[in-house]
Amino acid sequence: MTVPADAARRRIVELFLSSEERLLQRWTQLSGASPDDLRDLYEALRTALSSDDGDFADVRGLLAELSRARVRQGHTPSDTARLVFSLKEALYEAAEADGGPEALRGFVWFSRLVDDLGLFTFETYTAARERIILDQAEQLLELSTPVVKLWEGIVAVPLVGTLDSARTQVVMEKLLQTLVDTGSEHAVIDITGVPAVDTQVAQHLLKTVVAARLMGAECVISGIRPQIAHTIVTLGIEFGDIVTKASLADALSYALKRSGVEITGAAKTRVAVRAERA
Amino acid sequence: MSAPRELPIATNGDVVVVRQQTRTLAAEIGLSLVDQTKIVTAASELARNALVHAGGGRVVIEVLEGGRRPGLRLVFTDEGPGIPDIEQALTEGWSTAGGLGLGLSGSRRLVDEFDLVSAPGEGTSVTVTKWGR
Amino acid sequence: MQRVPILKLGDILIVSIQIDLDDQSVLALQEDLADMVVSTGARGVIIDITAVEIVDSFIGRMFSTIAAITRMLDAETVVVGMRPAVAITLVELGLSLGGVRTALNLEKGVAMLEHVRGGAG
Repeated sequence: MTVPADAARRRIVELFLSSEERLLQRWTQLSGASPDDLRDLYEALRTALSSDDGDFADVRGLLAELSRARVRQGHTPSDTARLVFSLKEALYEAAEADGGPEALRGFVWFSRLVDDLGLFTFETYTAARERIILDQAEQLLELSTPVVKLWEGIVAVPLVGTLDSARTQVVMEKLLQTLVDTGSEHAVIDITGVPAVDTQVAQHLLKTVVAARLMGAECVISGIRPQIAHTIVTLGIEFGDIVTKASLADALSYALKRSGVEITGAAKTRVAVRAERA
Repeated sequence: MSAPRELPIATNGDVVVVRQQTRTLAAEIGLSLVDQTKIVTAASELARNALVHAGGGRVVIEVLEGGRRPGLRLVFTDEGPGIPDIEQALTEGWSTAGGLGLGLSGSRRLVDEFDLVSAPGEGTSVTVTKWGR
Repeated sequence: MQRVPILKLGDILIVSIQIDLDDQSVLALQEDLADMVVSTGARGVIIDITAVEIVDSFIGRMFSTIAAITRMLDAETVVVGMRPAVAITLVELGLSLGGVRTALNLEKGVAMLEHVRGGAG
């Protein structure tokens, strides 16, 4: 025996609308959620189901809010989805009590609707997470790229932590822009705080040094750890005539000398610095 | 979504127009300044290639939307003599027009996707794509 | 085709590129500069590309050619004001601008020319 689809839908919506109190009570029991939240959801569902155009925007809005609120309360996204799914069980009892073929056929349709809504809460959750991760990655990039001025005409980037290709690129672009903005002809890239360097990162470092040279500035790379030096040589990356220094201090002293500043260490108590040419 | 734009490449001035249009669209879809510069430079190389090697051609510039990131795709086509040895043409420093031989190999490094179709006597088509970060 | 104006300041010629260069203008500039170096007896040439948004292999080659030509005419060429994005792109393109001196800005370019000449006596 076949039942017309629209008749089945009408019957289940009727059941849904007529047994409000019982449904809500059962739903609360099954899901363990607050009756107020469920009542709001029920109201929104009722509006959506009674309207002709089947607009579930309000329901989705409420679900998104509920999903976010429950995450803050420490519920897992599965909990929230289960909360929505439990409406099926509550309604099934009503459909079973009705017993008619329309009600049962309609229940299948309704259950698919509830599935979609449950999955929607899950989607909201992952979308929110995705956004947080993206924001944090961006903040991390911002945070981790300080370009500091060491001396008139000398800037440095102390790199700390693992370098990936994207981060290296951001740092390097920022360094080159700083050279222009400050009119600095010397830059020190200090990688003391970098635990490892792979081929791509080494290539980016090299390209930056060459790009700086094209712009009319010189780069010194300092703080290369023994392991990193080992890696670079093993990988066969050609550092060519790029100046490398063991420590940031050595690099600074080199850059000062190159920019015409002479450092004289007197005894051990003071360091006199004077500019050779204006 | 903007419709693909087709531009002719027949004169030196057209090469400049291709650069400008590419720059405008690259900025519109939010490519970083460096990525804008890279795709515009690649466009300039490929447009000049079409002009110098085939006496002209055309380019279709298309904005790719709908994916996770926006992209810009440029398709250069000409009815020139074609490239007999693609492998060789993509080799750095290989040049038939007395240039530096960086046109094809260099532009390939400036973009995310590079596709070259050519046969002797059948013209050349180069498709390059740059995706936003 | 647009011609790029060449300014003379003492014994230095200054070219500030403010237009989107087509290949014809590039070649014209190359010729104009060589003529001007000879007619003015200039000892230095500064090409300011602060406003230039892209340098492709053709324009890049112009810099090398101009540097080589002026050197034969006893003048040094300095390219100044290259933007970071342009420099990064040139490196990726594989262009090294061999034989071309570069400086961050016009002021440093002038200082570099003075320094070079001072060193030469």
